[in-house]
Amino acid sequence: MARKLLLEHINVPGINTFDVYRSKGGYAAVEKALKTLTPDEVVEEVKKSGLRGRGGAGFPTGMKWSFLAKPEGVARYLVCNADESEPGTFKDRYLMTHIPHLLIEGMIVASYALGAKTSYIYVRGEMMPQIRILERAIAEAKNKGFLGKNILGTGYDLELYVQPGGGAYICGEETALLESLEGKRGNPRIKPPFPAIAGLYGCPTVVNNVESIAAVVPIINEGGEEYAKVGIGRSTGTKLISAGGNVAKPGVYEINLGLPVEEFLYSPEYCGGIANGKRLKAVVAGGSSVPILPANLFLKTATGEGRLMSYESLSEGGFATGTMMGSGGFIAFDEDQCIVRNTWNFARFYHHESCGQCSPCREGTGWMEKVLHRLEYGHGKMSDMDLLVDVSKKIEGNTICPLGDAAAWPVASAIRHFRDEFEWHVTNGAEATTRNFGLAHYADPLPKPEPAPAAV
Amino acid sequence: MLRVENLQIAPIEFSAELIAKFDDVVSRYPEGKQKSGLLPILHLVQAEFGWVSPAAMEKVADYLNIQHVEVFEVATFYSMYLLKPQGKYFLEVCRTGPCCLVGAEKIMDYIEQKLGVKEGEVTADGLFSWRGVECLAACGFGPVLQISPEYTFYENLTPEKVDKLVADLTAQAKN
Repeated sequence: MARKLLLEHINVPGINTFDVYRSKGGYAAVEKALKTLTPDEVVEEVKKSGLRGRGGAGFPTGMKWSFLAKPEGVARYLVCNADESEPGTFKDRYLMTHIPHLLIEGMIVASYALGAKTSYIYVRGEMMPQIRILERAIAEAKNKGFLGKNILGTGYDLELYVQPGGGAYICGEETALLESLEGKRGNPRIKPPFPAIAGLYGCPTVVNNVESIAAVVPIINEGGEEYAKVGIGRSTGTKLISAGGNVAKPGVYEINLGLPVEEFLYSPEYCGGIANGKRLKAVVAGGSSVPILPANLFLKTATGEGRLMSYESLSEGGFATGTMMGSGGFIAFDEDQCIVRNTWNFARFYHHESCGQCSPCREGTGWMEKVLHRLEYGHGKMSDMDLLVDVSKKIEGNTICPLGDAAAWPVASAIRHFRDEFEWHVTNGAEATTRNFGLAHYADPLPKPEPAPAAV
Repeated sequence: MLRVENLQIAPIEFSAELIAKFDDVVSRYPEGKQKSGLLPILHLVQAEFGWVSPAAMEKVADYLNIQHVEVFEVATFYSMYLLKPQGKYFLEVCRTGPCCLVGAEKIMDYIEQKLGVKEGEVTADGLFSWRGVECLAACGFGPVLQISPEYTFYENLTPEKVDKLVADLTAQAKN
């Protein structure tokens, strides 16, 4: 049984209220940090923890914090990225819904460490219920003296606000988020300068994901070194995984990084296998923007080792045979799912969500969607697969922000691993729209359970 | 390409209560950075009037002391701002990958058949309209939809749940 550092009290009735959260040890990290640690010591603990950004990029959080410029007389900001909209990912919404004070506590500690006097939680506009939950929780915390002027008599002041977004995936990119927070279209900024130097209103700013900020609470409570003992290698701590698609038990799971993927997928404690007794065909491990892997490559690396739920193991083999941890958005495809249709669906998403600022992304995502659509509906050509790979290469690395890469990788990886399924769509024309492919050699190598013997 | 329906020609008025909410929003930002309040204020306008009309956009721009076009470019960029009136209950069904894996497309077909209107159209009684939207971040509980103005979520949808939902909302509208 894995240790729960974030979700330990998730099922406690009333844990979304201040009093219950406090009764379970909540806000101890605020007391410890503000009363016994200097801001630099808090940063040091986060560095020791080895925490990597949980939004998708996996950049070391403590290092990101230490980059923050600290000119005298200039405001600094902490902005929480709660613009969760990566297909497959729903952990932040879950956390904000059920245990909002964990995020608020993390925001207070992180703001103190960074010297921010005003912080914002930028929440995806679609999440109005979560916005109301957070606003209520902030009011409770302020009422109890954990926000506002002179917190706990320490002399530290902090105002915390919730900012609703407007429904644009691109605002999950940190500079687009800052543009949006300034009341503009969510067009990503060219970097450098990075937000640590010139972020919100041109001031030094740190943007962190919800889960990253929440993880600061156990790091301070237990100490960075203790936190780093959980997990494996440079993948320290626990990670929230949103499991969806065709798993038997979809939901949000907190795992110790380093858990074998086979255990995560098949054990009753987590996903419980594939729904309806079917076999696994493919997995997207870290949200729709990461490469898709066929079951055999997902469960074992190309060298035959069992793959682990860690940043390093999932990326084993690079993009040729690996994928990424990303945001932890885990999407399982059963043996009946059509890879072409799902690739088209994701391509449509990225076309819809491209901000339109960079030509390769604006035009390329549209091309990919159109070509995949004709393949799915039986009007494709054999040359389309090479065309798609060519277009994806022209998008990848040629845009201001990573949305271009996010759009390109799923398409390129789907063709790399499932090319014969794409070809089957071309050769079978209209029939392809009425049948799924479900090639057996993509399915998981584990034997299906033997049916129970008939009663005599 | 989004197109703003210029149906509301006549100027509109913002109530004192609404202006007070705007003031509260603007108080969250440093002096001179009131434009940061644009997205939250557009949400408030939409909640009040059901959509964001050109007249409302101009009025918001005047309140924030910014150019009209600055509001227009924001309102047309973000997918949540409704640029034409919708049904009293606006159903937004997630049509992205994980929801489609568990039947979102069938649910969209069923809603179209049930309501008798295509995506983007409003039912004759003005109660319902619907559209497919990109990921609603509830992928483990698909198919899902949300209903404005409260943005309440309905998860693990089936045709039977849609039937009940429509019946409940119809009854609610009559009360």
